[in-house]
Amino acid sequence: MIPEIGTGALLVALTLAVYGAVVAALGARRGRPALVESAQHAALGVFLLVTASLLLLVYAFLTFDFSVRYVANNTNLGTPFYYRITAVWGALEGSIVLWSWMVSLYTLIVILRHRTSARELYPWVLTVMLSVVAFFLLVMTVPAPVFARMVPIPADGRGLNPLLEDSGMITHPVALYLGFTGFTVPFAFAIAALVTGRVGDFWITTTRRWTILAWYFLSLGLLIGGWWSYHVLGWGGYWAWDPVENAAFMPWLTATALLHSVMISERRRMLRLWNVALIVLTFSLTLFGTFLTRSGVIASVHAFSQGSIGVFFLSFLALVVLTALALIAWRWDTLGAQGELDSVVSRESAFLLNNVLLVAATFTVFFGTVFPLLSEAVRDVKVSVGAPFFNQVNVPLFLSLIFLMGVGPLIAWRRASIENLKRNFLWPVVVGIVAAAVLRLLGVGSFVVLVSLGLTVFVAATITVDLVRATRARRSMGERTLPALGGLLRRHNRRYGGFVVHLAVLVVAVGVTGSQTWSVHTETTLKRGEQTELGGYRIRFDGLRESQESNHGKVTGTFTLLNGRAAGTVLQPAKKFYPQEQSPIAYVDYRLGLIDDVYVVLGDFARDGTSATVKLQVNRMVSWIWIGGLVLTLGTGLAVLPERRKVA
Amino acid sequence: MKPKFLIGGGVIVLALGYLIWAGVTQSAVYFVTPSELQAAPVSGKAYRLGGLVTRGSLNWDPSTLNLTFSVSDGKTTIPVRHRGAPPDLFGEGRGAVVEGQWTGEGYFKATHIMAKHSEEYKAPHDTKEAQSKGLIKTLDKGER
Repeated sequence: MIPEIGTGALLVALTLAVYGAVVAALGARRGRPALVESAQHAALGVFLLVTASLLLLVYAFLTFDFSVRYVANNTNLGTPFYYRITAVWGALEGSIVLWSWMVSLYTLIVILRHRTSARELYPWVLTVMLSVVAFFLLVMTVPAPVFARMVPIPADGRGLNPLLEDSGMITHPVALYLGFTGFTVPFAFAIAALVTGRVGDFWITTTRRWTILAWYFLSLGLLIGGWWSYHVLGWGGYWAWDPVENAAFMPWLTATALLHSVMISERRRMLRLWNVALIVLTFSLTLFGTFLTRSGVIASVHAFSQGSIGVFFLSFLALVVLTALALIAWRWDTLGAQGELDSVVSRESAFLLNNVLLVAATFTVFFGTVFPLLSEAVRDVKVSVGAPFFNQVNVPLFLSLIFLMGVGPLIAWRRASIENLKRNFLWPVVVGIVAAAVLRLLGVGSFVVLVSLGLTVFVAATITVDLVRATRARRSMGERTLPALGGLLRRHNRRYGGFVVHLAVLVVAVGVTGSQTWSVHTETTLKRGEQTELGGYRIRFDGLRESQESNHGKVTGTFTLLNGRAAGTVLQPAKKFYPQEQSPIAYVDYRLGLIDDVYVVLGDFARDGTSATVKLQVNRMVSWIWIGGLVLTLGTGLAVLPERRKVA
Repeated sequence: MKPKFLIGGGVIVLALGYLIWAGVTQSAVYFVTPSELQAAPVSGKAYRLGGLVTRGSLNWDPSTLNLTFSVSDGKTTIPVRHRGAPPDLFGEGRGAVVEGQWTGEGYFKATHIMAKHSEEYKAPHDTKEAQSKGLIKTLDKGER
């Protein structure tokens, strides 16, 4: 009965969403507030119904209702409690439910926040948001029915994919989807601005926090995904330029561009068209990402028949892009540039170049991801480009972006004088070059690494210069150092929030540079009691033991770290044997550190436990990437604080 | 727009084009079946070789870390050598995609092995698996 109620709720929600989208548009065109109000009620109804379906799905998982195909495919009687809840979004159908729930929640928040403040745009925003919800509800009804029954009802389910039994899987998809869906709001405002012809700054300033938050969640989702890859998959890496990762990375790049381009718009009334194009691109890329990863199209052109879901996403994507293009063409005259660029050496140019580079990076990632499709279609040869391609092309782009990160916030608007450049950049440039020289003397040989770390130091120095100068200015007004700094952060929270986010990017950049350069790994077979050494760490194999967990068997190896500050640490990598899987799954063990992670994967072992093959890695500075995530959270928090009215 | 900006834009586009072109020519990996590889083997070129691990061909020596096996598409069988323990999903009679080079000495030297499940498998992060799945499907069709 429960699944039928769920299906019914989703169908009613679909009807309501379509109704709401239509009446909101009618209300806007005919100027009848009653219709818009009716759309609001519909949106509330949609939210309640989708919430109910989500809860029913959770209930089905908690009660092991294997008559529901989705539940049977993604859980079994042994799945622990928490993972029965996360299993809800462990595969496609449930992800779509979570996704539409988030969009409907966002719709509700938009209603609460912007009902009165954005009068003209608001009904159209409602129309767009509800249309997006309707699309996802349609997907849930036709190609991916989450409550579909299974006959005959199996006695036990297939079980969750063991790789997803991890705490990262609780947060990673949620953060990623919050990010993906979050862009619906600025997108809806942009479309509403085009429809009403109010393409000025209003939609941008209104959605500033939305864009930042969506960007933040997407960043967090990417970082947690990296953490999951690092500590679960057992290859010791956090990013593989896998199509699935690229799919989430592309909208992140364009959204980063948008965050910066809106700042020039606010200040100089330029780039109206560009902003609209960027948000449309970002939103389209979130759809494209889902299409790419869920349709199986990237595996092979011929895999298109795997389900109709790809067709749905592709059609919706086409609809979104064509509608946006048509609206842009219609409003072409009003979208024209208002301000002109004055000089190549100015803040506008730095921001513009930042945008160009980010879009270029998006293009290269896109190109590399769809390259197998292109080559198969054009030349009928199956060729793919892997991580080396993405690294080779993107490293110069990202290094240039880091450089601009130092220049952009400090250089003068309109036209920078020599005096301005000297005042702001002389010391940071000197410090950056000295840092690179010191690293060179310490034995760092790679040019790219020297450039990367030198630039990082340069940018950190620009931020320091700015903070010190501003604090001094306040101190000269009689404030003490700490209150002066605090007041500065609070008063100019947008600027300094941005700086803290930049610091976070630097910390991540150091982590990426360090881990790519200095990590070492080896693979060896050890007899019980035997030792091996890598990167200054000695490790001893102490034996194997077998155990039985709630839903799998486990063979655990015991390894002891013999030297260094963490001497005596016992590492216990394992192989897990799930009855529903044909092969064991490796369970990694590691000891994380600020500089070194010692990372052990149990490869193969002798049945009698006398010897084991082990993959040993000493990964350097990977922790900086996760620390970067924390700094990013602080910076974003600061940036979205409500602005304080300036005291006259 | 001032000419300065047009020139700047042109330089960026050219640089990007060069980066992409150089990247593709240097890191292209060719997806082949054992038959395709045997038809036109080029030593030193990067390949991704897909097929089923032949039964009885798997040999793993933990003391030297030498792993040898053959990959077949039903018509042609290619011997493969690898250094390192077999990955989790790897086994005789199962599909595998091995990345590496043809040595010109009669065997394929693998640098990376991507094993696959033979059943339906829906890990959102496992496109590599999906890739090999697509390949095996294609192979299966070829055999029939």
